[in-house]
Amino acid sequence: MSKKKIYLDYAATTPVDEEVFEAMKPYFCEKFGNPSSSHQFGKETREAVEAARKQVADFLRCKPEEIIFTSGATESNNLAIKGVTAKSIGQKKSGAGFVPHVITSSVEHSCVLNACKTLEDDKLAEVTYLSVNKEGLVEIEEIERAVKSRTVLVSIMYANNEIGTVQPIEEIGNLIKRLNGSRGGERSSRIYFHTDAVQAINYLDCDVNTLGVDLLSISAHKFYGPKGVGALFIKEGTSIARIQDGGGQEFGMRPGTHNVPGIVGLGEAITKIKNNESVNENIERLSDKLIDGILKSVPNSKLNGSCKKRLPNNVNISFPGAEGEAILLALSFEGVAVSTGSACASSDLRPSHVLVALGLGPADYHSSVRFTLGKYTTEEEIGRVLTVLPGIIERLRKISGQA
Amino acid sequence: MSIDYSEKVIKHFFNPQNMGKMEDPDGVGTAGNIACGDEMTICIKVKGAAGDDRENDVVEDVRFETLGCAAAIATSSMVTELAKGKTIKEAKQISLKDVAGELGGLPPIKMHCSNMAADALHKAIEDYLQKSK
Repeated sequence: MSKKKIYLDYAATTPVDEEVFEAMKPYFCEKFGNPSSSHQFGKETREAVEAARKQVADFLRCKPEEIIFTSGATESNNLAIKGVTAKSIGQKKSGAGFVPHVITSSVEHSCVLNACKTLEDDKLAEVTYLSVNKEGLVEIEEIERAVKSRTVLVSIMYANNEIGTVQPIEEIGNLIKRLNGSRGGERSSRIYFHTDAVQAINYLDCDVNTLGVDLLSISAHKFYGPKGVGALFIKEGTSIARIQDGGGQEFGMRPGTHNVPGIVGLGEAITKIKNNESVNENIERLSDKLIDGILKSVPNSKLNGSCKKRLPNNVNISFPGAEGEAILLALSFEGVAVSTGSACASSDLRPSHVLVALGLGPADYHSSVRFTLGKYTTEEEIGRVLTVLPGIIERLRKISGQA
Repeated sequence: MSIDYSEKVIKHFFNPQNMGKMEDPDGVGTAGNIACGDEMTICIKVKGAAGDDRENDVVEDVRFETLGCAAAIATSSMVTELAKGKTIKEAKQISLKDVAGELGGLPPIKMHCSNMAADALHKAIEDYLQKSK
């Protein structure tokens, strides 16, 4: 493993930007006060937390008090889904017997799917999992067809973590506005719209007004901030209950002492996204180069997801006749870090639920490799991948007798 | 996770032994299936010994073809090495523990690969015994 390391797994996590790290540093040893304390130690960290809240609000174009800091997107998504459904049960005048209905998609992150599964298991909600087309896109008409009078929440991710497919969030937002209009606008009969924007935030417009979302989840470590901190945008007036009990932090919505350095880092990291246009153009150019290069140099390789509606940094390709974990290992010995949807590389020995949902067959999903680029990816790195990859696939296909 | 392999697994993954097709095999066995992500085929060439007891026949050559993860490839390679030159009786006794053991162990989640390799070999032997009845 002495080769130069090439990191192409930015969808898994990103390195902390040096400037973000600098901004966080004082909040470990010097400025350590608890933001809930009334003295000057608490005041300075309280101000830091509020400054970060404003940075996030400015980016999402909402009010600071509409931002709740969490431990990451898993928590944000759980809070959104479980909080909205729990509150809806309490709110119904009919009371006992009301089972809220949630609509989501089959390609969501496992934290969304498992939160929904828990609600079903506990008989706290009925959930519709929308199928997607072969590009991974949810059809708007499908959402409209799935809506019931008991529907309280629609949760659709902005961009997929595995295949990078970008969902039509704005259109879904418009649909939900229209449906809510016909429901007479009563708060207790509203459908709320949540989006998991974790993968989208670096690349797509996250103005919550344009998108028409009521709730939006983000996680700092996906945009060059620290791990263990995220946020949930909750539009003012949204009926939502907290899901953990404690003190009164985060407007009572998310009790627990603030992760001050993390929150400061998240705020700093989000302000840096704004001026990324040229960086993103370069990432897209390198992704295209990688896609074109692979499809040309590796016979029978295929791009998964959508060609057009995809994140600029995501390249997901299948190499039937080889197996994903073996490709990953061979690449890692060349210094290249990627991920795969193969069952052999997962802790539960199940293939990627996203690739299965696309309708891919086993030969394709077990041989899928995800390359995700980031702002530190270079032309040379992409060139190096294109040099080593064809030989790796050829060798593995020889071993499988499918050369 | 995949980096947690023993040096021997890595060695066999990068330099698999006895890999490839075999002309006119005396026995063929397959294990696993593409739906699970791993598929193994093992072919054997056997030299008959004198007498009626096929148990004394010798596995002269073994070849494998495997579509699968690094552990599946390494266990295939190892099981062919273990079987080569053994009598049918001895080869039948090669177990998943032998394969994993010779490889310096496998991560727990990959033990089924070892099972698959032994299984494919046993099926190849079974196939040979059936054919030579």
